[in-house]
Amino acid sequence: MSAIPNATAPDPEGGFTTEIGPQRSLLAIDLRELWRYRDLVLLLTRRDIVTVYAQTLLGPLWVLLQPLITTFTFALVFGKAAGLAPPGMPGPLFYMSGLVPWFFFSGQVTKTSRTLTGGAHVMTKVYFPRLVMPISTTLSNGFTFLVQFVALAVMIAGYALAGGMAWSPGPQLLGLPLLVLLMGALGLGTGILISAATTKYRDLSFLVGFGVQLLMYASPVILPLSRLQKFPTLLRVFELNPMTAVIEAFRAMLFGGAVPWDGLAYSAAVTAVVLLVGMMTFNKVERSFADIV
Amino acid sequence: MSQGPVVISVEDLGKSYRLGAIGGGTIADELRRGWARLRGRPDPDAPVDTASPGRAQGRTFHALCGVSFRLREGEVLGIIGRNGAGKSTLLKLLSRITTPTQGRIRMKGRVASLLEVGTGFHPDLTGRENIHLNGAILGMQRREIAAKLDEIIAFSGIEHHIDTPVKRYSSGMKVRLGFAVAAHLEPEILIVDEVLAVGDAEFQRKCLGKMKDVSSSGRTILFVSHNMTAVLSLCSRVVWIDAGRVAADGPPEEVVAAYLGSYAQSGDEVAWAPGEGPGTDLVRLTHAAVLPQDPGAPLTMRSPFGIRIGLENIGVKDDDLNIGLRVLNDHDLVLFASTQADAGTDRPPVPHGRFEVECRIPGDLLNEGSYHVVVTAFRGARLHFITERVLSFTVHAGERRGAWFGRQAGLVRPRLSWSIGPMDQAT
Repeated sequence: MSAIPNATAPDPEGGFTTEIGPQRSLLAIDLRELWRYRDLVLLLTRRDIVTVYAQTLLGPLWVLLQPLITTFTFALVFGKAAGLAPPGMPGPLFYMSGLVPWFFFSGQVTKTSRTLTGGAHVMTKVYFPRLVMPISTTLSNGFTFLVQFVALAVMIAGYALAGGMAWSPGPQLLGLPLLVLLMGALGLGTGILISAATTKYRDLSFLVGFGVQLLMYASPVILPLSRLQKFPTLLRVFELNPMTAVIEAFRAMLFGGAVPWDGLAYSAAVTAVVLLVGMMTFNKVERSFADIV
Repeated sequence: MSQGPVVISVEDLGKSYRLGAIGGGTIADELRRGWARLRGRPDPDAPVDTASPGRAQGRTFHALCGVSFRLREGEVLGIIGRNGAGKSTLLKLLSRITTPTQGRIRMKGRVASLLEVGTGFHPDLTGRENIHLNGAILGMQRREIAAKLDEIIAFSGIEHHIDTPVKRYSSGMKVRLGFAVAAHLEPEILIVDEVLAVGDAEFQRKCLGKMKDVSSSGRTILFVSHNMTAVLSLCSRVVWIDAGRVAADGPPEEVVAAYLGSYAQSGDEVAWAPGEGPGTDLVRLTHAAVLPQDPGAPLTMRSPFGIRIGLENIGVKDDDLNIGLRVLNDHDLVLFASTQADAGTDRPPVPHGRFEVECRIPGDLLNEGSYHVVVTAFRGARLHFITERVLSFTVHAGERRGAWFGRQAGLVRPRLSWSIGPMDQAT
């Protein structure tokens, strides 16, 4: 950015540290600057975690109640009433192990998609690298995931100790952190892409919550892919959802089973594209969004 | 002091907006707009009228155009101009909230901009937690904030409530806390926007003192304000932005005088074509003007001035036609009304044909602010007509009384005499 205008004649007023001009490459992300603002990232993350449940009776317990109550409902409605109980695994464990990664992803999408419109009051008053916002959202969302994952682990331990299930994960258990990164990146990319688009089209903010919810039904959160073999069209729709392979892999890594590597490769490719396009769009919009919000 | 290295260099800076496309809105709006364009109709969302047509070219509005200046280390630059002149746009560009469409800005060192105090305060967090958050938003490192925490809390003057959530604070307390954080930023370049407009006198004094400290320690300040008194006493140089361009750049006294002079000329003189002035078929206004004591100089609180009204009397034969005026403030409150009858029995009769009346308004009467004049005409005790606003004028502070930089409270601003003496022993 700080190009020397004329190399032969030394600029007597050189040494400028900031240059603001109209041109900027779409992928110019100043990582050093972002690093300088790491304290802000951490403080915003902390703020998100601390304030979400301020003035609530149960406080942080809500983080656990959300997936637990949903799990219980799914087990009752889909498992018992509709007779769609998953094969070879206690129902609650199946739903919980789908919902925990799903909540992480959907939280990523919905929360980061509010970055620019929700943060407008701050961003129109002060400059900081705009990516600070979605990154801190990702971190606080990751914290929520961690808490819910611990609950899932406790559930697994409970079932295993009570003898309700034989828990024998393979070495693929070690792949879980990478899977979490993949989910986080996919959600972040989708979120900031939507965020950039909502500065222009507010319609999208209504679509996000609804769309993400619909997407869950096209993922193996409720129905395992093995149950869909008789419906090839439906199966294809499921497989188009980049989260499908991620959730299948999540369960496979957690409980032992075949990891769908092909599907994961597809998810990783989609993630790379979405993240790249998301970054570029976000970068383009953040420069001028103060003029349109 | 102004011989130091250049720390801000603004070159040919421009910012233009696409008219009509501002705001975006919903997809439905966009479709409607596209449909209108397809049929060759005008854009349904295009602004009906723009404030300064000279700056609008087709569908583009130039908020700033070809602005250049350089600022050396230690200079305190005041930026003045009317509303909509482009001051805020310049400020937003300098503080990187939006990007220019033309030209470039180069800056040296850490820049902190205060377009608002307490940006990013979270209502559920305590004052102490918000100091950390706000400091980080303004670009401070965590260690820096921790080191200055006690100082910041002391400066804010709200030690007792520092562990209370900010949502329970009064707006004044929030401002104090916000400014306390900002005052401890220690940037090389400080950009400030009208922070002085808020807070009580005591706090304003603190803020201005802090700004003086900052500038005397060799740091550079850019200060946007409508408060000429503050600009004159703080700045070493002033840039006047008018219609998106630099209208003047130089010593504060000169630039402020030129700016105020341009202000005085708007709306303080009016003339109508024959038969078109306000009034009735019997009596009609032909012209009106505000007359400062020194022609061409801005009105100040101290100086007396006159209001001249030209009329044409066509049909009132009796000489109990009585011309008057009312002075209204910008809230449309009538500050006073006066008529020729105030002159008592000495009042000469109103002649036929064209004539002028002039009302002298003493100094030390009106507070600083903007005012309007309406003209009244009575026949005997009956109101014959009352006009709409025919004139408007602005009274400037001119000088400062006491330590206060802002506008004193009060509709009027008389200069009263005070005395001091021993207490009366008899009572």
